[in-house]
Amino acid sequence: MNQENIQPIDSTAPHHHDQVDDHKPRGISRWLYTTNHKDIGTLYLLFSLLMLFTGGSMAMVIRAELFQPGLQFVDPHFFNQMTTVHGLVMVFGAIMPAFVGLANWMVPLMIGAPDMALPRMNNWSFWLLPCAFTILLSTLFMEGGAPAAGWTFYVPLSTTYSNDSTAFFVFAVHLMGISSIMGAMNIIVTIFNLRAPGMTWMKLPLFVWTWIITAFLLIAVMPVLAGVVTMVLTDKYFGTSFFNAAGGGDPVMFQHIFWFFGHPEVYIMILPAFGIISSIVPAFARKPLFGYESMVIATASIAFLSFIVWAHHMFTTGMPVAAELFFMYTTMLIAVPTGVKVFNWVATMWRGAMTFETPMMFAIAFIVLFTIGGFSGLMLAITPADFQYQDTYFVVAHFHYVLVTGALFGIIAGVYFWIPKWTGVMYSERLGQCHFWCSLVSVNMLFFPMHFVGLAGMPRRIPDYALQFADMNAFISIGGFLFGLSQLLFVAMVFRCIRRKGEKASAQVWEGAEGLEWQIPSPAPYHTFQIPPDIKSGH
Amino acid sequence: MKRYCWSLNNKCNWILFSFVWWCARSVAADTTVHSAYNMTRGATELSHKVYNLHMIIFYICCVIGAIVFGLMFWSIVHHRKVKGTAPAQFHGSLKIEIIWTAIPVLILIAMAIPATKTLVAMEDASKADMTVLVTGSQWKWHYKYMEYPIEFYSLLSTPRDQIENNAVKDALYLREVDKPLVLPAGKKIRFLVTADDVIHSWWVPDFAIKKDANPGFINETWAKIDNPGIYRGQCAELCGKDHGFMPIVVDVKTPEAFEQWVAEKIAEQEKAKAAEAARGLMTREELMELGQKTYESRCAVCHQPGGEGLPGAFPALKGSAIVTKNKPAHLHIVLFGKPATAMQAFGKQLTAAELAAVITYERNAWGNNTGDLVQIADINAVLSAGE
Repeated sequence: MNQENIQPIDSTAPHHHDQVDDHKPRGISRWLYTTNHKDIGTLYLLFSLLMLFTGGSMAMVIRAELFQPGLQFVDPHFFNQMTTVHGLVMVFGAIMPAFVGLANWMVPLMIGAPDMALPRMNNWSFWLLPCAFTILLSTLFMEGGAPAAGWTFYVPLSTTYSNDSTAFFVFAVHLMGISSIMGAMNIIVTIFNLRAPGMTWMKLPLFVWTWIITAFLLIAVMPVLAGVVTMVLTDKYFGTSFFNAAGGGDPVMFQHIFWFFGHPEVYIMILPAFGIISSIVPAFARKPLFGYESMVIATASIAFLSFIVWAHHMFTTGMPVAAELFFMYTTMLIAVPTGVKVFNWVATMWRGAMTFETPMMFAIAFIVLFTIGGFSGLMLAITPADFQYQDTYFVVAHFHYVLVTGALFGIIAGVYFWIPKWTGVMYSERLGQCHFWCSLVSVNMLFFPMHFVGLAGMPRRIPDYALQFADMNAFISIGGFLFGLSQLLFVAMVFRCIRRKGEKASAQVWEGAEGLEWQIPSPAPYHTFQIPPDIKSGH
Repeated sequence: MKRYCWSLNNKCNWILFSFVWWCARSVAADTTVHSAYNMTRGATELSHKVYNLHMIIFYICCVIGAIVFGLMFWSIVHHRKVKGTAPAQFHGSLKIEIIWTAIPVLILIAMAIPATKTLVAMEDASKADMTVLVTGSQWKWHYKYMEYPIEFYSLLSTPRDQIENNAVKDALYLREVDKPLVLPAGKKIRFLVTADDVIHSWWVPDFAIKKDANPGFINETWAKIDNPGIYRGQCAELCGKDHGFMPIVVDVKTPEAFEQWVAEKIAEQEKAKAAEAARGLMTREELMELGQKTYESRCAVCHQPGGEGLPGAFPALKGSAIVTKNKPAHLHIVLFGKPATAMQAFGKQLTAAELAAVITYERNAWGNNTGDLVQIADINAVLSAGE
């Protein structure tokens, strides 16, 4: 009582929030000028939802064209623009910002911090993204169209043989990179400096652990991406020959640099999902996470290995056999820590008292389907077999299993898990379950048969194909359209919650959930933990 | 009650197991060369080894998946809150963590050994019986036999009408070419793979060969094909607009039939050369007819059948200043290409008659009514003057 008198802005005491809330401007300027981690988290998440549908509609164009053999809807050049921009938008616009949004919302709440450590930079790192994607998407309306060399923009297709959209693309990637680096720095500084007293490293929730490792990966590799796009730019416009054999360069060196960024990037898109699943499974099994320490070690090992496996994307480029063997062995090794994580999740469920609300359903689907993506990844690691898999739909199936049923399902599980905390109302469980089952069935119709067409010999990134692939592609396209439609249910769920339609959520929300975020009211007040909470014991 | 649950569960497990087994068998049982669902066994000793590696790792994944998911679903069925049991509170065991780190490591080592052996064999292209230089360019393959005076381009032969859905697609839609690569069976053939413009990738699944064709660098691979037959593949690296229209056909003959083909091919090439040298002036009709044919097979992919190009990507020829006014520049660009663009040097790809015809066609089609005729002698003059 006495303490409250001295500290009148203790946000954990409900009757003080209203005063604090009044400090934010109203209308559009609230969102433009905000330095509040919750507002910025919301902006990131809504932006990524918008990009999910932007990239998703491009996927629908791709699937419509591939529904039947022959050219029906788009010409091959536009088809290549669609595959390229779909990839860029989904990777840099949908998945990565969604994780940064979740980190913005949840990391301060989980570690008992009042906000992110660098709030103004936080605002800037978000607002760079709409600018970057406006620039990138504007190229679709340019003469000659958007970049069409694939999201991996291999040279010389992206230099000598591209139109001027390359320059816009490079500038957009620079902005995205600056945004990511600033976001990562902010997360690192926040976690290192703003943990509540008593929140020691080995008490941090796994989501915080996975994010700090992710943030270090981002800081390590985004500058590499910035470097490689700059080399593309100078090769195209300023007469350098980094990647041009005629000038003493090497087009394969581009791929080495790109994948030195690209492979850690893959883990940037999956490690935070591991953290989300590690929060959800114990909550719904009502049992502590199995092997907390081994989870942290496994995450760090995966991050380390991600730097020494990059050339497994390049087995067909003609490397020396010693290099092929090295990258085969290191890549196979990644299966070990990844396996440990899956085993730990299963052991967490073991002898728990499970219930199966939507977040848990998505988490279970994540575990099974991400593991299928892991299996195909292991197959792809076997270099001689990779010669047959490389650049076929088998690879497309593989990375969509890890990125859609992996990263995206992880994000969706996290949104269902935390949206009652964000909005103060429970989502509609019926809608959630409906969304889950529709997504589960359609996503497997969409991506599972891709393994078979890939093995049977269909290359990726082609707008038209031989007749033996026709039936399977029609089936895949139907799965694709259904999966796209199913996500409208997700939007309906989100907007119902935003409009506060639904049962009021308690502070605890989930019976078995543990952590600081469940000790503050729902919806989370605009300002939280201005007085650091007292961390007692356990995690 | 308890016993009933167990028997039900056994039945479930049994059904699950049979399903997985059936899936695995139905994939593996397809022993024909081409399956619609699985990797081909292929036509070489190495492709068989690659297929076996693929199946072994697939089965290992199936078994691990069945065990892990089996345990998980067993837990999901039995360890639910509605069953009323209190959750256990254990949260770690160093012993178990060590076990499930060590077992995968052992499995991976067991898998790495055969994979290493196969890979080392695949990368040994020494002691080859013959060598073929494979060059990719947008969007065709060029084959040059290093031991014989034979070289030619190999282009998609599927008619445009089928691609645009104006004609019924035949069985080999997008998998047929005008001139296949012809090889002898039972000989070790070394392929040198490179590219003229962007990166391509020469992929024939039956040989378990996929090798990137990098401009400015030469890659090496090899195959010893057991039996004569037709083997098909296609470009596997995104190489621009018509990446999907760049098939590969390899016609493998017995060594005797191959020798015969070589003799015929050389004779045919010399005959064609002699016929062209003897050919005098061509009429406007001859030029326009051959020109249209050549334009549609070589030029229309970029400059479009109506000559309007793709704005921002490929320039229009219809109404173009070079085409309608500057004849020497027109000849030069077609014969020698335009550096740092997608415009190739067609002087070495087409015959003098085809070049004369296609330039005449471009200068007179789509309203470019210059009235110019270009003759074989004009082409030869520019070619001999050089770049």
